[in-house]
Amino acid sequence: MAEVTLATHQRLELYYWMLLTRVFDERMLALWKQGRGVGGTFSQRGHEAIAVGAGYALGPDDVVAPMHRDLGCYLLRGLTPRRIFANLLGRATGVTAGRDANLHGLGDLSLGIVGFVSHLPQSLPTALGMAMSFVYRHEPRVALAFTGDGASSSGLFHETLNMAAVWNAPLVLLVENNQYAYSTPLHEQMKVFDIAPRAEIYGIPGIAVDGNDVEAVYAVTHEAVARARAGGGPTLIEAKTMRMLGHAIHDGAEYVPPELLAAWAQRDPIDRYRAHLLSEGAADQAELDEIAHRCEVEVEDAIAFAESSPWPDPAAVQQGVYAE
Amino acid sequence: MSATNFGFTDAPVEDGSRTITYIAAISEALRQEMRRDPDVLILGEDVGGEFGGAFKVTKGFEAEFGRNRVMNTPLAELGFTGVANGMALMGLRPVVEMQFADFISSAFDSIVQFAATAHYRFGGAVPWVIRAPCDGGIRSGPFHSQNPEAWFVHTPGLKVVAPATPADAKGLLIAAIRDHNPVIYFESKPLYRSLKGYVPAGEYVVPIGKANLVRAGEDLSIITYGAQVREALQAAARLAAQGISAEVLDLRSLKPLDTEAILATARKTGKVLVVHSANQLAGVGAEVAALIAAEAFEWLDGPVQRLGGLDTPIPFSPPLEDAYRPNAEKIYAAAQALAAF
Ligand SMILES: Cc1ncc(C[n+]2csc(CCOP(=O)(O)OP(=O)(O)O)c2C)c(N)n1
Ligand SMILES: [Mg+2]
Repeated sequence: MAEVTLATHQRLELYYWMLLTRVFDERMLALWKQGRGVGGTFSQRGHEAIAVGAGYALGPDDVVAPMHRDLGCYLLRGLTPRRIFANLLGRATGVTAGRDANLHGLGDLSLGIVGFVSHLPQSLPTALGMAMSFVYRHEPRVALAFTGDGASSSGLFHETLNMAAVWNAPLVLLVENNQYAYSTPLHEQMKVFDIAPRAEIYGIPGIAVDGNDVEAVYAVTHEAVARARAGGGPTLIEAKTMRMLGHAIHDGAEYVPPELLAAWAQRDPIDRYRAHLLSEGAADQAELDEIAHRCEVEVEDAIAFAESSPWPDPAAVQQGVYAE
Repeated sequence: MSATNFGFTDAPVEDGSRTITYIAAISEALRQEMRRDPDVLILGEDVGGEFGGAFKVTKGFEAEFGRNRVMNTPLAELGFTGVANGMALMGLRPVVEMQFADFISSAFDSIVQFAATAHYRFGGAVPWVIRAPCDGGIRSGPFHSQNPEAWFVHTPGLKVVAPATPADAKGLLIAAIRDHNPVIYFESKPLYRSLKGYVPAGEYVVPIGKANLVRAGEDLSIITYGAQVREALQAAARLAAQGISAEVLDLRSLKPLDTEAILATARKTGKVLVVHSANQLAGVGAEVAALIAAEAFEWLDGPVQRLGGLDTPIPFSPPLEDAYRPNAEKIYAAAQALAAF
């Protein structure tokens, strides 16, 4: 297991990004229940530690291709709650200015973020291509790509891992194994429930990690990023967690056994980290309350900003299809 | 619209022009662009090493440019086209070789879902080129003869070109490499070594989106592209002997279409035959015909006619393939019937 040394302020940052994700998520879901949302959206509950822990392990010049459960990663890479919320509501001030839906397309190359397309797992070869551009230009940069257990059944998952291994690419590929692909449980997707061991057949390291332990996710990703940067090639990480709500806002997930959710609820990544920080004396309750307050204020501000933002101009619908 | 007739005249078109094959013109464009711009690289199956690709377009490239810039890929079209997406987002200019245009379907998502939408969605420019060796008539069967351009013409965010001459093969490839968008470049296999023409030696760019009037005429217009341009010119020569003056417009660019040139020729002759090797149903010709019907209706002296492949897989055996595919003879017959209208 990777050694991790995090300063207190870094641990509080991890806590802050996870909590910001959670508060954003809860306020988003509440807004949708009130009928103030546009289209659908994806809950993040259960994925906070993965998105934040892995994203936090990147350097500023590294790039990332997150997916629909990685709000925490988008946030910590610098997409503001305002820009993201405005995107959810289809406003001109959103990341995609109303062109792409919910968390899709949340890309900003100036922040090293690629916006994903629905077709899973398209982000994987894209991230590999970015990684190979770093090799091409002799730049000490790394690409990180996220994907799900569902997408791990696709041929593109294999194609990407194989090419990354053959080319010794500076790529970290993280599978968020949340037990379900939409309504399909793991046992209908694969015979072996562990995905990390697949790395062996490509000749690269494969590491499983508790996806509800933010410092553990950070540690294994940090190690994989360092190996990639040093020329040691790609790593497959499998972070195990549970999708705690439906696939998307419309989905009540009645197909998930309540006992399973109850068991995973005991391991909530944010509750666990809060208790950990307190017991280790990394923070006192007042500090954590202050962080919670900051998150509330930021999310309220983002919602107000998004709701008061202009709609995109229909006259501009054909702009931007091509780069000039 | 230019009346220049690169490749089909006997006179040198520019100082320094030489007569070379269509495939040599493709290699030349690639080599020149790789020498000019260190961000240009090649990616594809069997493109590297001594081998230099199934058709030898990149033979000798690895020796000159190194492995880094001539990347052999595993057999994984979806994956390596996705890799080109990522490289292009980072500012490189990958030129991807599909071994045959037929295999581009295996890369479909990476092209139409990712590359075609990235700029619209988040401003991510994807300046790659896919070289797709297409078309038949050379007895290659259902999976080495296809012309899948219509799928991509139907996809917003892509550009599609299809050179018919060595000069355009060079000039359009250079333009495609320099374009900031994903461009699919359909190179016609039947022309590779059988068509020679004058090609300017130095930097030569044919702008994307401009058709070329390769033969002027009065009585009817044949609008076509790719390998069918040569067939159309042969048909036009025979028609001339019959006293029928046919104009031939080489579209060169299928997306964007040169609507001005299309409408100009339709309005000039009033009779239009659209020809392509790809199957006719819902092909590029349907779009051209619809455009003319909508914008040049009053000028027409007859129905816009189309001639394309049959709505079948592309058969292998010579009599079957010949029944499938348009050629000079069929164009001649269709044009005669149209002229009689
Ligand atoms: C190629 C493709 N097929 C179908 C879908 C529709 N779809 C969206 S998410 C999803 C399930 C994905 O499961 P997983 O990869 O485990 O990610 P999760 O949503 O569980 O985080 C499906 C089937 C898709 N996005 N892409
Ligand atoms: Mg899943």
